[in-house]
Amino acid sequence: MRMALILGAINCSVGMFLERGNNMFEFKRIFQKSKYIEVQNLGNDGEKKPNIPSGMWVKCETCGKILYNKDLEQNIMTCDNCRTHFRIGSRERINYTIDKGTFIEYDEFMTSDDPIEFEGYKEKLQNMQDKTLLNEAVITGEGKINGQDTVIAVMDSNFMMGSMGSVVGEKITRAIERATENKKPIIIFTASGGARMQEGIFSLMQMVKTSAAIARHNEKGNLYITVLTDPTTGGVTASFAMLGDIILAEPNALIGFAGKRVIEQTIKQQLPEGFQRAEFLLEKGFIDKVVDRKDMKDTLTQILKVHS
Amino acid sequence: MATLPFEKNMYELKSKIDELKNLAIDQDMDLGKEIRQMEIKLYNMQKEAYKNLTAWDKVSIARLVERPTALDYINRIFDSFMELHGDRYYGDDSAIVGGIALFNGIPVTVIAQQKGKNTKENIKRNFGMPNPEGYRKSLRLMKQAEKFNRPVICLIDTPGAYCGLGAEERGQGEAIARNLMSMSTLKTPIISIVIGEGGSGGALAMAVADEVWMLEHAIYSILSPEGFASILYKDASLAKEAASAMKITAQDLINFGTIDRIIKEPLGGAHTNIDEMASRIKRNLEESITRLKSEPIESLLTKRYYKFRKIGKVIE
Repeated sequence: MRMALILGAINCSVGMFLERGNNMFEFKRIFQKSKYIEVQNLGNDGEKKPNIPSGMWVKCETCGKILYNKDLEQNIMTCDNCRTHFRIGSRERINYTIDKGTFIEYDEFMTSDDPIEFEGYKEKLQNMQDKTLLNEAVITGEGKINGQDTVIAVMDSNFMMGSMGSVVGEKITRAIERATENKKPIIIFTASGGARMQEGIFSLMQMVKTSAAIARHNEKGNLYITVLTDPTTGGVTASFAMLGDIILAEPNALIGFAGKRVIEQTIKQQLPEGFQRAEFLLEKGFIDKVVDRKDMKDTLTQILKVHS
Repeated sequence: MATLPFEKNMYELKSKIDELKNLAIDQDMDLGKEIRQMEIKLYNMQKEAYKNLTAWDKVSIARLVERPTALDYINRIFDSFMELHGDRYYGDDSAIVGGIALFNGIPVTVIAQQKGKNTKENIKRNFGMPNPEGYRKSLRLMKQAEKFNRPVICLIDTPGAYCGLGAEERGQGEAIARNLMSMSTLKTPIISIVIGEGGSGGALAMAVADEVWMLEHAIYSILSPEGFASILYKDASLAKEAASAMKITAQDLINFGTIDRIIKEPLGGAHTNIDEMASRIKRNLEESITRLKSEPIESLLTKRYYKFRKIGKVIE
């Protein structure tokens, strides 16, 4: 059973704190009726997904604790009892990470075309834009973190599951190139179901574009920090996500290449406890640190300081 | 003889021709004229059929058990091929065959995704689906080629990167990502040829090249048509429709500007004349290797970067 669960007015109130330029999009957004983020509970595999029901309070699906919206917001959308990190959107992430008033967005009007003329794609894009008030599945730009300059890219799983098509690939590549040119670090928050099917081979090639841009960024001695958030899978994992100089992850984030069901079908066995979770990757030697959301900004600050 | 679904009529005609030939010998009859007429008819049927292949027809050809594999070409195109093994960290992946060779006297490194020709071989080769150690072996060999200024030729033929438990534990995503990044700045010419199935990231991890070619009936896709159908159409049996919608043929890809060259196959597919197919690949390689070797490395790398940089359709 699919449950579309909605978060209360937190989205709008958080939205108010973000710096936005003057544009029709912002205009439309201010006058729109209170819009809620839809966080969908996908799949019937009985796996607990970090969902946020509506109302003044929510019940944490993992531990059952009652969380008041105000407290939830204060804890940056995490359960202070069991540490479950609920999924958050790109604007919220930027708000929590970048110093107020310092964020300058890049390429904010870029939207997707239809490169393989896939039936229904254009309509789906329009739907997504109306529903999420985002143009695409990533926001890129620059700002300061506790006073230190950085370029930042934040993916958003609300927009077509954060899937990477031409726009995500192009925006991220441009952000990396700008960071390289200006000798700035880049921090990329990943959240993706993988490559975007509807753009076919064009989506696949974005894996090369982004990785090649990272290669050039590295050659010039610049810093790249990846922050893997829930979920990070498929073509994103198999490209820029796993190429950070330093790779951080949020607790219990799902991070992997192939989908769990596909693996189970292939090996015809049950998978070990904690498979493809951040802690599992740490154990296997693929990430540097698991960092709680409340400590993320400080951790990033510390890393930037060491590299300045 | 390999039979593809769309070749049923031709197969029946070919059987009749063989029957007539045997009859002519047994009964000492002169059936030359009749046989010749039927052979011309067969040839025209083939020409017509192969002009109008659907995407699914191509998938069938690319996946044929009889389709030539990488080693079939390596043994015909290169001299003194010596296979090298291991990634130096974990193991030796039999889905990847790589080593050093001579191409018309020029030292090269050849690395390939290798399928099996029968069940036993396929188990050994894991059906051409590499594990992380396979990609890491390929990278080790590419770096070695860079050290010695040897051009790298990659032959691509995989349903995809293996999605097993061990593969995931050993960092399949990381292995592919690292290949993408390292190949993009590898200081030696790289040519990648999709000879059969170009299965998604598993193929791409060896296809970041100065030139990317496909054999005429090869396919190159973001996902298998079956996988695509189950995700987007919620029905894996709609694979035929998915194959068409996905635009995965060599012709589609060259129109999109995502590959550089198509190498025509003998009528009926590469499996009908492996020597001829190998010879066509060799001719193309001769021209390209000479040209790429003479290009200054900085200029080569810049072109390689922008070749992939320009792929993508956005609205600003």
